[in-house]
Amino acid sequence: MTERTIKVEVKRQSGPDAKAFTETFEIPYRPNMNITSLLGEIALNPRAINGAESTPITYDSNCLEEICGSCAMLINGKAMMACSALVDKLLGAVEHGQKPDLSKTITLAPLSKFPVVRDLAVDRSVLFENLKAVKAWVPIDGTYDLGAAPRQHPQIQEERYPLSNCISCTICMEVCPQFNDVTGFVGAATIAQTKLFNMDPAGSVLKEERLRALAGDGGIQECGFAQNCVQACPKQLPLTEAISDIGRDVFIQQVKDFFTH
Amino acid sequence: MAAAPRIIVIGGGLAGLSAVIKIAEAGGTVDLFSIVPVKRSHSVCAQGGINAAKDLKGEGDTVLKHFDDTVYGGDFLANQTPVKNMTAQGPAIIDLLDRMGVPFNRTPEGLLDFRRFGGTLYQRTAFAGATTGQQLLYALDEQVRRFESEGKVKKYEGWEFLSAVLDNNGVCRGICAMDLRSMETRTFAADAIIVCTGGNGAIFGKSTNSVVCTGSAQSALYQQGAFYANGEFIQVHPTAIPGEDKLRLMSESARGEGGRVWVPRDKNDKRAAQSIPEPDRWYFLEERYPKYGNLVPRDIATREIFKVVYEDGMGIDGQPMVYLDVSHLAPEKQHKLEGILEIYEKFVGDDPRKVPMKIFPGVHYTMGGLWVDFNQQTNIPGVFAAGEADYSIHGANRLGANSLLSCIYGGFVAGPQAMAYTKNLPAQVGDGGHAAELKRQNEKNSALLNNKGTENPFKIWRELGENMTKHATIVRYNAGLDEADAKIVELLDRYKNVNLSDKSQWANTSFAFTRQLYNMLELARVIVKGARLRDESRGAHYKPEFAERNDERFLKTTKAAFVDGAPSISYEEVDTQYITPRPRVYTSS
Repeated sequence: MTERTIKVEVKRQSGPDAKAFTETFEIPYRPNMNITSLLGEIALNPRAINGAESTPITYDSNCLEEICGSCAMLINGKAMMACSALVDKLLGAVEHGQKPDLSKTITLAPLSKFPVVRDLAVDRSVLFENLKAVKAWVPIDGTYDLGAAPRQHPQIQEERYPLSNCISCTICMEVCPQFNDVTGFVGAATIAQTKLFNMDPAGSVLKEERLRALAGDGGIQECGFAQNCVQACPKQLPLTEAISDIGRDVFIQQVKDFFTH
Repeated sequence: MAAAPRIIVIGGGLAGLSAVIKIAEAGGTVDLFSIVPVKRSHSVCAQGGINAAKDLKGEGDTVLKHFDDTVYGGDFLANQTPVKNMTAQGPAIIDLLDRMGVPFNRTPEGLLDFRRFGGTLYQRTAFAGATTGQQLLYALDEQVRRFESEGKVKKYEGWEFLSAVLDNNGVCRGICAMDLRSMETRTFAADAIIVCTGGNGAIFGKSTNSVVCTGSAQSALYQQGAFYANGEFIQVHPTAIPGEDKLRLMSESARGEGGRVWVPRDKNDKRAAQSIPEPDRWYFLEERYPKYGNLVPRDIATREIFKVVYEDGMGIDGQPMVYLDVSHLAPEKQHKLEGILEIYEKFVGDDPRKVPMKIFPGVHYTMGGLWVDFNQQTNIPGVFAAGEADYSIHGANRLGANSLLSCIYGGFVAGPQAMAYTKNLPAQVGDGGHAAELKRQNEKNSALLNNKGTENPFKIWRELGENMTKHATIVRYNAGLDEADAKIVELLDRYKNVNLSDKSQWANTSFAFTRQLYNMLELARVIVKGARLRDESRGAHYKPEFAERNDERFLKTTKAAFVDGAPSISYEEVDTQYITPRPRVYTSS
């Protein structure tokens, strides 16, 4: 029996300033593979399809269960998490148990809106800087024992929890037409985190500062309501709702500031 | 010392971040090293919750009951003083997390909600849906980001710890680390270091752990003279989804909310799970453990599943799998499990709200780790450890939802203790060993890069994982453990012949991995040797040849030292001053 294989085309780049090139690999197929296990197969036998010796692919990954946010990349042109991107599905087996089409080629490329480090690994530290700018934290007085926090209605938890599921994968930024060097837009993830902390009874003490940080250039006004973010988010965050809520709050804050300064 | 103490924390999970927060709050300066951006640390994977005896359910729960459950659950191998302290601090830690804005689930009255977990009869586990670890990690990450923006913390994300810098007296004076982008290796000065580098699941190939959980840092320190304690105690979680690249955890909270484990009574039953009527289902945990039911401790549930599959031949369709069923739960209950049900749906393709999940045990957690005293300090002066990386608290078996608490507790002790230690630290003589350590690490690097061998490191890793999973997990035999050690020795020998296909000096992940692999191999020997010598069964360590617990010989902490290139085992008395060891039996009703 001949071994069944699949073809994978990987966009590679040896460093930030190096020229990108495409390398194709042929990989033994097994059912229920995901993209990270496929990249693991390349590492086990790093040889391109023409037989040339190659090297393991550099990419970010950690939890492999779509909760750490590391492995975002472009898979068949679409921004996805590599760990939860299932090979059978990418090869056309949409329904459970359907046969995948092994003649199809899977393409992998790094996210396009972030500086490439190497191969599929990119630098996404801009998101963590944005979180500093909007003070995405509750300014507690200290870690000493101050007793129980105030009671909180379950409805607040129900609304905050989905926002708190953001894994900082930056896919919402990748797919946003407004997220680019010209606008300097912070992107949906940061806006959602602003709402998360503004909704916290104690965290809301910094509400005005957060809203001012989102006013002006690169702030919430840059959003063009393309709604790509909410469709692409792997954790189904209610991003457009957060943007419209915060957009309203920023506007009210600007009006207030206009009359008081 | 005149200047503010300078402390290095390695690892940015719950334990590391907790230590950082305490130090920054007390006016110290911290350098925080992490392989991944700290927000992507493995703590993010914890699902079910965090234990503390808040007694908000009118059950009469107390911190002493939490203390007793933890010691009993750990089969009396844990030193009792730190467990007592941790359980006493539990309620205050939960309150603090609540103040930090963790979206814990609430009762209609607005109080924290609690669920039941394994090894207890009380509802003691606070939770945020089924992604509690993620929510806790983020809360601490946010506090550290705040300190970072105030200049009190400097992060070195994308740097990997290679070793401690030790002076002529064996006192820690800093660390040697490698930038995983530029591959630059250099040393950093510190008055004390805190190692919070988590678990070592990668030694077993496939586990529920994240990619970074190799145990490499702990192993490097062990090779530098730190004791590694209770290495043989590895928790195999009863319910994980078997997968191609990893085993994905299905939280104990599924059973805490009422999920049931079963197989068809007839092994030839070909019907779809949901169409098998109640009388034809064998709920073997409930039958054998009427009091605890599906919430027996993990070591026990795991062995029962193993027996049902391999001894009774009752696995689903003859495969190593049993059902974990939440399909009968009310939608409100299922809603509280949303996070893990989505994982199952995404990776398996079936909807667990309607169809029972197929699961099998998977390597999950190491109870063993770096030996530490009650102040979280290792036997190397100035090297502290906390979290899964140290051995304290959990004894021979960890109770569910105690890990998050032990991480935060450990960090909260280690931070201030490291600060206190630096007050009496004599001034460094000369360069404190920095140049020598840098040279040692650079030599390792160049040897690896210039090696002209034929062995693929990923293949060696795969063989290590298969070997360890076969011989050193749920059921252990002395003959198998001997075989396992011989295999590791063979792999260590083949490692000398390793060949890197990628010799570049930029973001070379296989180079970093190959360095970790060596440390995994050395630590694997510690696990196997400890298991080989412990001729008894206790907690997660089970030998059919020695099926009983033997307190006379083995109510002792295993301490491994690296002597002449191999683990040398000695034993230490366990602190049992509060609770007298008694037989551990969960069957009685």
